[in-house]
Amino acid sequence: MSLPVQLRIDGVGRVFPSVSGRPPVTALQPTDLSVAKNDFITILGPSGCGKSTLLRIVAGLDRPSSGRVLLDGREITGPGPDRGMVFQSYTLFPWLTVAENIAFGLIERGVPERERGPIIAQFIAQVGLKGFENHLPKQLSGGMQQRTAIARALANNPEILLLDEPFGALDNQTRGLMQELLLGIWERERKTVIFVTHDIEEAVFMASRVIVMSARPGRIKADVPVDLGHPRHYTIKTSPEFSRLKAQLTEEIRAEAVLAATEH
Amino acid sequence: MYSLRPLEPIGQAARIALGILFFVIFFALWAAVTFGGLVPKTFLADPVTMLKDGWELLTRFGFAGDIGITVWRVVGGFLLAAAVAVPLGILMGAYKPIEALLEPMVSFARYLPASAFVPLLILWAGIGEKQKLLVIFIGSVFQIILMVSVAVGNTRRDLVEAAYTLGSTNASVVRRVLIPANAPEIAEILRLVLGWAWTYVIVAELIGSSSGIGHMIIESQALLATGQIIFGIIVIGIIGLVSDFLFKMINRRFFAWRLA
Repeated sequence: MSLPVQLRIDGVGRVFPSVSGRPPVTALQPTDLSVAKNDFITILGPSGCGKSTLLRIVAGLDRPSSGRVLLDGREITGPGPDRGMVFQSYTLFPWLTVAENIAFGLIERGVPERERGPIIAQFIAQVGLKGFENHLPKQLSGGMQQRTAIARALANNPEILLLDEPFGALDNQTRGLMQELLLGIWERERKTVIFVTHDIEEAVFMASRVIVMSARPGRIKADVPVDLGHPRHYTIKTSPEFSRLKAQLTEEIRAEAVLAATEH
Repeated sequence: MYSLRPLEPIGQAARIALGILFFVIFFALWAAVTFGGLVPKTFLADPVTMLKDGWELLTRFGFAGDIGITVWRVVGGFLLAAAVAVPLGILMGAYKPIEALLEPMVSFARYLPASAFVPLLILWAGIGEKQKLLVIFIGSVFQIILMVSVAVGNTRRDLVEAAYTLGSTNASVVRRVLIPANAPEIAEILRLVLGWAWTYVIVAELIGSSSGIGHMIIESQALLATGQIIFGIIVIGIIGLVSDFLFKMINRRFFAWRLA
């Protein structure tokens, strides 16, 4: 790839220390991965493959037992606003309105109030929540909450956007719409995105590169480029090229799932 | 055929009617045992005598002043305790080393009965207002510290993590996440402990006091005026109910985000 590397994961492993006599658990074997600037990669794998652990280490919310993560050449030592994160659980601050949630990071960065207004309006429009500025999270559907969470992360103008199964709790229809929304934003803004999912179709549809991980111990198993053009329309999901990629990844994942299922 | 189904909700009208029904039955039984002569008048006054005694207390003996002084003691001691305990509880909940330092002491101290401190506090602080406030303070402060610290310690971890990824510093996680996330819970804790403070104040007033509802009750015992004693107890109950209701209303208003 011709684009410069923005994120370098360098021998990052994670071992959870033993608890009450049980042996320590290797969640993630030492792993190398480079992510190019403005690339959209998905990390695909069954549960327990360490994909969320890897993402949390990049976010700075978890510490690697070995190795290091470099963002633009600087080592990551903790969480920061340069890496926006969207979680699977609904993490909007329930006491703040949609607009106030989006303003949260801007206030932390000391953006003056008159500058915050236009930024908030811009991102509310981008995720299609005009008219909901003053709603509280509990008044929103799950999809709308995750849209707000995406807007909240993007409003901070992060170097890289990290998403940990953000649509995992949504119904199928909403999920499809959310994928298109996020992809649309990425096609316009071209940010570096790492998207963790266990859904094969989602992994292919969103990404220009799918990293397949395997479980026990978690490690990268395959790195599959997705050469589908942009902008992507949802109808691409029925194209032969899409089906071929899906079939290929299904095989990769299936072997994993079978292994995991027979292990116990 | 009407049958009681577990967890089946009931209508608002039925709820109010049943609530009133209890008091009707209560007063009917009370009237029956006192007017029916089952209990001698010396030990238990009948409801009518109680009301008459209460009226006399209010109009002739300045009982309103006693009520006022008791309310002031409760509120004063409680506010002092809250002012100390809420910040300490937040710090304990947020910072584990502070918790490790203070938790054993607070856990021990919360089981010390405030009433047992009354004789000691009379020695230290006399029988003035300072002693009354201290009894309530000691009775409330450790409970609030511990309950607030538990609430703050149980803050949803993912909200804290979200704040960090949005650029929050450690101090702003406390200020912008831990405190607002737990404000409704803290208000509930204060409401609960205020209820307990009412029992402490009466104990403080029963011993070494020259005013207040508790003082009136102990004086009435010497005069065998059971009607006055019961009236005093009922007044405490009513004030407790009103303050609880006000607290609930304020909480509902401030913390609308918590409710459906």
